[in-house]
Amino acid sequence: MAENNNDVTRRHFLRDGFWGACLAGLGGIVGLVSRKSRGQNTVWQIDPYKCVACGNCATYCVLEESAVKCVHAYAVCGYCRICFGFLGPQPFEINEAAENQLCPTGAIKRTFVEDPYYEYTIDESLCIGCGKCVKGCNTFGNGSLFLQVRHDRCLNCNECSIAAACPSGAYKRVPADKPYIIKRVDHA
Amino acid sequence: MARLKYITICIFCPLILSCVAAAVERFPPPDFESGYIQPTPTTPQPRQSFYEYIDAAVLFAALCLSSYLVLKKRNRRAIFVMMVFSLLYFGFWRKGCVCPIGASQNVILSIFDRDYAVPVVVVIFFLLPLVFTLFFGRTFCAAVCPLGAIQDLVLIKPVTVPSWLESGLRLFAYLYLGMAILFAATGSAFIICRYDPFVSFFRLSGNFNILVLGACFLIVGLFIGRPYCRFICPYGVILRQLSRLSRWRVTITPDECVKCRLCEDSCPFGAIREPTANWPANVYNIAKKRLTFLILLLPVLVFIGGLVGSGLNPVTSRTHATVRLAERVYQEENGQVEGATDASTAFRATGKDVEELYEEASGIREKFGFGGWFLGGFAGLVIGLKLVGLSVWRQRADYEADRASCLACGRCFEYCPREHVRLKKIKEGISKT
Repeated sequence: MAENNNDVTRRHFLRDGFWGACLAGLGGIVGLVSRKSRGQNTVWQIDPYKCVACGNCATYCVLEESAVKCVHAYAVCGYCRICFGFLGPQPFEINEAAENQLCPTGAIKRTFVEDPYYEYTIDESLCIGCGKCVKGCNTFGNGSLFLQVRHDRCLNCNECSIAAACPSGAYKRVPADKPYIIKRVDHA
Repeated sequence: MARLKYITICIFCPLILSCVAAAVERFPPPDFESGYIQPTPTTPQPRQSFYEYIDAAVLFAALCLSSYLVLKKRNRRAIFVMMVFSLLYFGFWRKGCVCPIGASQNVILSIFDRDYAVPVVVVIFFLLPLVFTLFFGRTFCAAVCPLGAIQDLVLIKPVTVPSWLESGLRLFAYLYLGMAILFAATGSAFIICRYDPFVSFFRLSGNFNILVLGACFLIVGLFIGRPYCRFICPYGVILRQLSRLSRWRVTITPDECVKCRLCEDSCPFGAIREPTANWPANVYNIAKKRLTFLILLLPVLVFIGGLVGSGLNPVTSRTHATVRLAERVYQEENGQVEGATDASTAFRATGKDVEELYEEASGIREKFGFGGWFLGGFAGLVIGLKLVGLSVWRQRADYEADRASCLACGRCFEYCPREHVRLKKIKEGISKT
């Protein structure tokens, strides 16, 4: 009987020991990561200087309508009359007619500013983030059209499924207080 | 002016085409004379970090309440309501992200990747359920985890899974945990998130294949209680081990077991252990020999597992995008494949050296070779310990909930006549007869 009691005590002692070790281990993990953890949450964003406008953003997002939309950095835009982000590869005429447009949903609006300049604005409710205009603008223009994750739509998945499919590694986690990477004229 | 631009484009087309994707200022921004004011791009802000802390607070409150309901109140109905709340809040409202199961990968990545700083809220999400499990058992699984809740809700006709099948299938969860750690540590992928079967339901959109996978789990879950929790969940594996050591735990009876056998079939998760007979003395020597053999087998299994895990590195390392890219570029360079992928085109556009890429990829592959020892060794250890565990005789006098497998759902409470005495539904003394 005494032996049995002894056994129970030993088992309890071991259990307590393991329990303490687990608690200490959890504490250790927290200590290890807390040194460089930050209070600020992170969100996903596309580095527009790495983006190749492959079109994956339109199809790989978990949302039915992608959280990625085209953004226009007006400061970089040349306000061209002939915009290859706006017009299809071989336009019949240089005007706003649907058959001349590159955008599959007609999300780019072209408005006359002053001769010979035109302003291009993105209608985000129509944009699907396919990046066709981005490719056109990068190839022939200043590259003022670029794709960005729009954070009013993004669910901020732990593993962004577009990031997993991105061919150029353009997706990265950025701090939530600086959630956009807007193209600038003076970028090296 | 406009015509000039047109001509310029035509002349420089071939030249411009050669530098794809670079943002060059080909046309200087105009000076407007009509008083046009240049708009700035809108930047809708993400959810404020402040709200993430509210989520963490809700998690803490939910864990406290769940532990109270399971251990103190012992009320299945209240646990059920709590579970529905968690499903609605953490599942459908918060769309399943951040969840403690996935957060474990962020913590692992943060340990191994110098550049990745894990947000504090994610650490809290990872840690809280573990600490609560150390104190109260798996009360997180019971009524806080939205993945558990959605499966628990659909369980209508539980079928008993034979224990050999249960233990066999459970090995997958250990392997899954090992793989998740390996892939997170190498920065390849967060496979727990990628193959989370229920998150598409929470978002009501997502990858079709995953949606089908989720539907399969729910259909299986009609008959087999919580299949994801029992056989797949990698976080559950950690919780199992911590739950073995928990300070307090779920007991079927509120005070003493009368061995009435009424609770025997009440658990849909096969977590109730029967009292054992006395140790049969005549097989003692054989059992002792077997146990010695299995303990000696343990290091062998670990070694074999490690060897296999490490040897599989050409396969496992392919989850890393850089390795995939390097393989593709190598094949293209050597004329083994025709054409180029988006990734290889994008790589060539950066103008980086191919050898540099190969070197980086082989570095990653080495990491996988090294990590494979741990993954395989871990798998060998789990199998070995399972065999040892099966050969150890444990004496039980009462019907007990298995510390590791019990999900603290509270279904068994009402089966116990002593519980009815506690609730004063029947008179004291009936059990004594």
